Amino acid sequence: MLQYIIRRILIAIPVLFGVTILNFFIINLAPGNPVDMMVNPSATPEQLAATKHALGLDQPIWVQYWNWIVQLLHGNLGFSYSTREPVTQILMAHVGPTVLLMGVSLIVGYLIAIPLGIICARKQNSWIDYLVTGFSFFGISVPHFFLGLGVIYVFASKLLWFPTGSMNTLGGDGSFIDTFNHLVLPVLVLATGIGGNMVRYVRSSMLDVLGKDYLRTAKAKGLSQFLITNKHALRNSLIPIITVIGIDIPLLIGGAIVTEQVFQWPGLGLLTIQSITSRDYSTLMAINLLAACTVLFANLLTDILYAVADPRIRYD
Amino acid sequence: MGMKLNPNKNVPEMAGTETGQMAVQFEKEETYLHMVMRRFLKHRLACVGVVVFLLILLIALLAPVIAPQDPAKIFNEFEAPPSAAHWLGTDPVGRDVMSRLIFGAQVSVAVGIGAVAIYVAIGIVLGLVAGYFGGWVDMLIMRLTDVFMSFPYFMVILVLVSIIGPSLFNITLVIGLLGWPAIARLVRGSVLSIKEMDYVKAGVALGYSTPKILFQHILPNALAPILVNATFGVASAIIMEASLSFLGMGVRPPAASWGNMLTQAESITVLSSQPWLWIPPGLMILLAVLSVNFIGDGLRDAIESQNAK
Repeated sequence: MLQYIIRRILIAIPVLFGVTILNFFIINLAPGNPVDMMVNPSATPEQLAATKHALGLDQPIWVQYWNWIVQLLHGNLGFSYSTREPVTQILMAHVGPTVLLMGVSLIVGYLIAIPLGIICARKQNSWIDYLVTGFSFFGISVPHFFLGLGVIYVFASKLLWFPTGSMNTLGGDGSFIDTFNHLVLPVLVLATGIGGNMVRYVRSSMLDVLGKDYLRTAKAKGLSQFLITNKHALRNSLIPIITVIGIDIPLLIGGAIVTEQVFQWPGLGLLTIQSITSRDYSTLMAINLLAACTVLFANLLTDILYAVADPRIRYD
Repeated sequence: MGMKLNPNKNVPEMAGTETGQMAVQFEKEETYLHMVMRRFLKHRLACVGVVVFLLILLIALLAPVIAPQDPAKIFNEFEAPPSAAHWLGTDPVGRDVMSRLIFGAQVSVAVGIGAVAIYVAIGIVLGLVAGYFGGWVDMLIMRLTDVFMSFPYFMVILVLVSIIGPSLFNITLVIGLLGWPAIARLVRGSVLSIKEMDYVKAGVALGYSTPKILFQHILPNALAPILVNATFGVASAIIMEASLSFLGMGVRPPAASWGNMLTQAESITVLSSQPWLWIPPGLMILLAVLSVNFIGDGLRDAIESQNAK
């Protein structure tokens, strides 16, 4: 087991290295030059060259990559090209809201989807099964921005139940209730996508398990339906579902970018769009790297959890 | 849709050398195709999906004929509510919303099909090579796949498109160049099991060239799961384009895309008092994506229950 985990981590290291290379070159081979955005348009060529030199942008690309990697290993992500603040500091300011939004959405989505998926499998081809399956198709097919605009239209603009965007009321006390009110609609949007996807996996996994011999045995022993469904079947059907979490993380990151833009949620997604607009490459690289590491880590974790949960998996 | 399933369209050419054996195989493939078709047609939602998607395809192809106006033409009345002259009103610049909606279909269909065609081609080649040759080639391709899979897909596409410049062609290209890892893994997996089959070994023994074995003997038998994956891929490419265009990093006005038509709704006045500007394009995206997802679901059921038998 331990050997499996260590090997899995060792495989992740070259992948992480590849991620840094790809990340760096994608962004640095860009034709647009950040210096042009930084200095005022009347700057002389000498001034431009001086700024480039100060940022190390006049050196060959592999030297720039080396410098970036060395700094990275020292925990230094550089300075923002647009605001000159340390990138680490900027990221820290935006990580919290995104983690809050994504975490709550993931939990809400799963808490709704898992029981619904079980009910669907228990009552296959009933009206509730059709209804939930219909909703799940809606959930995976509706673009986040359209659903976001839709719920703002209905719940914020017409019914006035919730604010249209941002994380706290401007000039407000920033209390828990206030943040909660702002959180409801974006979570609704992200959880719809996450839940819609999850329901389908739970349903099919549960159906698969319900047909197994050991469940017939449990029934024959005279166990209650409740115990059979929620103990014997659920535990076994949840194992393949672990992998879905690994699939959900990248989807969630993509969804968060769009959702944060629609709701003006002050997280990493909004920061991404701002950095793209201002060609703030150092910040973009850091966000990209952080996102990639999160995905890599989530995949590693699901692989390990899967192996822990299912003893039938061989570790050799 | 079912027509694309035929994995043996080259059979008539090949039949010249080994007529008897090939004729038998031809007949067998026909019945397989028929079985999948029959199962697919039983899936009601999938059939609805096919009809809706064909309608959208038709709208895209006939856009210049059926659109009432030039989608980029600017009229004097802007933000006009729906009327006889402009069925869905005009946008803040004064363009006819109905015409833009019709032309928007072209963008979604083009990105959906174009991008997926590109990445399926790349994925098939890499997957075949990795699975068939194994060893360090396999190792290299699979680690590359891991690297590409570790990036949150949408984010990299967003950054790349913004760097090389947002346009219909560039979005299609970027989604196409980044979307291949899932297909490559799928194909590799199929190849690993198929290459041990006797008929592949027979092909090697007969001295057939490697490309011939890969593309004519192995690939046709790995096609079914690729098709399912590609169908869902079309749906996700359509959403991707719409999202990019919505963020201003995709198809840009004056060109019309369902995604960029929704950008205007970020203004709260448009959102709350001019719903005809943003609800129709939003519904069109939903309809297009739903129809493709239904088709994919039907195909998967048709193929999987066949395999389970």
